[in-house]
Amino acid sequence: MLAGWFFLIKILTMKFLKIGILLAIVAASIAACSSDSDSPEETNDTFDRGAMLANWADNIIIPAYSSFNSKVVEMESATTIFNAMPTVENLQSLRSFWKEAYVSFQNVSMFEIGKAEEVRFRNRLNVYPTNVAQIEDFIATGNYDFALPSTIDKQGFPALDYMLNGLAETDAEIVTFYTLNSNAEGYKNYLKTLSQTISSLSNEVLTSWTGGYRDTFVANTSSSASGAVDKLTNDYIFYFEKALRAGKVGIPAGIFSSGTLPQNVEAFYKKDISKELLLEAIDASVNFFNGRSFNGNSTGQSFKTYLDYLNTIKNGENLSALINNQFAVAKNKANELNVNFIQQIETDNTKMLASYDELQRLVVLMKVDMVQAFDVTIDYVDADGD
Amino acid sequence: MLAAVQKYFKKDTQAAPLAVFRVLFGFMMFLSIVRFWMNGWIEKLYIQPKFFFSYYGFEWVKPIGDYTYLLFIICGIAALFVALGYKYRIAIIVFFLSFTYIELMDKTTYLNHYYFISCVGFLMIFLPANAYFSIDAYKNPNKAFQLVPQWTIDSIKLMLGIVYFYAGLAKLNSDWLFKAMPLKIWLPSKYDLPFLGDLMQQSWVHYTFSWSGALYDLAIPFLLLYKRTRWFAFALVVIFHVMTRILFPIGMFPYIMIVSTLIFFGTGFHRKIIRFISKLLRIDYSKMVALTQTKKYRFKRNIALPILAVFFVFQLVFPWRYLAYPNELFWTEEGYRFSWRVMLMEKAGYAQFKIKNTETGEQFLVDNTDFLTPFQEKQMSTQPDFILQYAHFLGEHFEAQGHENIAVYAESYVALNGRLSQPYVDPNVDLMKQRESFRRKDWILPFNDTIKGL
Repeated sequence: MLAGWFFLIKILTMKFLKIGILLAIVAASIAACSSDSDSPEETNDTFDRGAMLANWADNIIIPAYSSFNSKVVEMESATTIFNAMPTVENLQSLRSFWKEAYVSFQNVSMFEIGKAEEVRFRNRLNVYPTNVAQIEDFIATGNYDFALPSTIDKQGFPALDYMLNGLAETDAEIVTFYTLNSNAEGYKNYLKTLSQTISSLSNEVLTSWTGGYRDTFVANTSSSASGAVDKLTNDYIFYFEKALRAGKVGIPAGIFSSGTLPQNVEAFYKKDISKELLLEAIDASVNFFNGRSFNGNSTGQSFKTYLDYLNTIKNGENLSALINNQFAVAKNKANELNVNFIQQIETDNTKMLASYDELQRLVVLMKVDMVQAFDVTIDYVDADGD
Repeated sequence: MLAAVQKYFKKDTQAAPLAVFRVLFGFMMFLSIVRFWMNGWIEKLYIQPKFFFSYYGFEWVKPIGDYTYLLFIICGIAALFVALGYKYRIAIIVFFLSFTYIELMDKTTYLNHYYFISCVGFLMIFLPANAYFSIDAYKNPNKAFQLVPQWTIDSIKLMLGIVYFYAGLAKLNSDWLFKAMPLKIWLPSKYDLPFLGDLMQQSWVHYTFSWSGALYDLAIPFLLLYKRTRWFAFALVVIFHVMTRILFPIGMFPYIMIVSTLIFFGTGFHRKIIRFISKLLRIDYSKMVALTQTKKYRFKRNIALPILAVFFVFQLVFPWRYLAYPNELFWTEEGYRFSWRVMLMEKAGYAQFKIKNTETGEQFLVDNTDFLTPFQEKQMSTQPDFILQYAHFLGEHFEAQGHENIAVYAESYVALNGRLSQPYVDPNVDLMKQRESFRRKDWILPFNDTIKGL
């Protein structure tokens, strides 16, 4: 019956389409003439979103995952070496590989799309604070499955942080957990499983990108909630707001609670790298915004060039410059912080708050202004508009 | 003059157009309800959220848990009964009440076209739309009429005319006409449309769409009224609404408007439609309408006309209430809804709420995702009455959790039609001390720009 109606409408439309088109053309040419004076320049070519996706995938995302993966592989072999011979020297070596991998992770954490989204990459690798009591429980029983969603706060880099830095005060004491402890095997196994899990997840995500997801991603230029541009824009902003602004700075600084929460600092047991992790994350965010290659200084199509292109149509504020300026301000504020955020929070939390405020301004610029300019669909809102 | 008015109200016309309108409207409504359900929106919009935004004065209207599904079933069945013309009067009353209840449950989902449907539903309660080509008329010859008062059909035309014309008036502002906003934001993002994608990037296209859209809305009621331009006008209606369907996530509305405008056509045309429907459904057309002969429908008690007179005065006046508020309408949205302001602005916002203990000075920020769905958060962050209601909800929530001396502050930013975002509500005002009312909200910060026009 519905088909019948559409048929009727179609007939009627066809009958009068010619007149309609004619009128539309007339109206169009009138409007075109009348608007020439106040539109600054006609845009000759359109923005190539496929090129932006290709730049993201080929020059940023895949190189960043490759680099991260090689760090993780090194970390895994250092773990094997340490487990075979648990010495203070091997502990320190493993720790430095852990740190390098953790810093490198800041460059891939924002790309929660495709395989990474499927395996909940960020949740598997970096949920903190880590749950020490349950980790000890897991080690004691030897019974754990990291694929279970309930175990996200007992694995990843924060759990390794505890295993490598938090078991005791001194390195010599830490090593005893893997040697003299009655359950030394349990500790070794847990350490090994942590390292292996990160490594296999990283490998899984990287091979998905190099295996074929890259082409799917680049081809998905559609303008909808499921289009790659919309999705990654949402992911990027979500990451920046929740994981970077709130996770690294806001939550430990007590923004969302009645008091400060220094125990929620990233790399809580290592203590002196929380600032380095934040700065790396900010750099990664700026570089992605500007479409800068992971290996090198060349830039390609990006949020910045997309905004600049749209601004030739809109002729409004130079949003990309405002965002870049604010990134610089936020980075300067973050630079003033103590290398150890626990100390910073306990001695002078106002600096943490100031740093948060600058990151917050970036969230507004990106979540309100940039999203409006792109007209991307906000996640999962698919109700009708009018 | 009075004589002419009296004469007009005594004039009769064929009931066929009204019957066709009833069938199509009821059927479209039934489809809309089914589509809403199939999309999973009942669950997503009315079951999952923990909190619902109420209309001022309708705080008692809330989703009723799993019974909400029942509400939609009732509404859908009522729509079907309306289409069939079976127990019409009860069906249309049930439809109006259930549909309006659904719309009032959460203003997050406010759409002008839902309001339009409530208006038409209300109007139809008073019209003899089951007089012809209906089960009621078929079963009971006393209820079958071939003629109905002319004004009953004209009232639907008037309703449609108001919707279009007021929507056109609302477009007469500097953002729409001279900046081609918000189309300048919306159209370029449709880059992936076949053939049209590249055109959507062109400035002249944005201006053309803005101007022709405004002209269309203002002119279409008149073009539909006059016989000579009617077919041309209908072609425009189809082109315009199909275009909006392609460009925007607009749901069933274009189809509803296309079939609604058929009411402007003459009886002969509607007879053909009825024959067509009869053939489609294999009903015996002649038997279906045989009983009607040439009886005239007469209203028993004369309450319909006065009620509808009040209704239309309300329709004509209510959209102008924004004039009573001093600030920019698009910014404060005081008097924005229920005024046929359709697709008029692009607003994006961000609102962060601070809960403060006024005695100890202790404070913390709220994570909105703990309480709101992404859709609710998006709507809340740009509309002051949402912000106020949510602030009160938060205050009461944390009070119940044992927090004391609670003050709630909002730090918020809004970007309107491509302007740079700027602070929206006064961050120093304790929203717990503010009450919702029709009075102007003086805690909204100034817009710092002007949009000229109606």
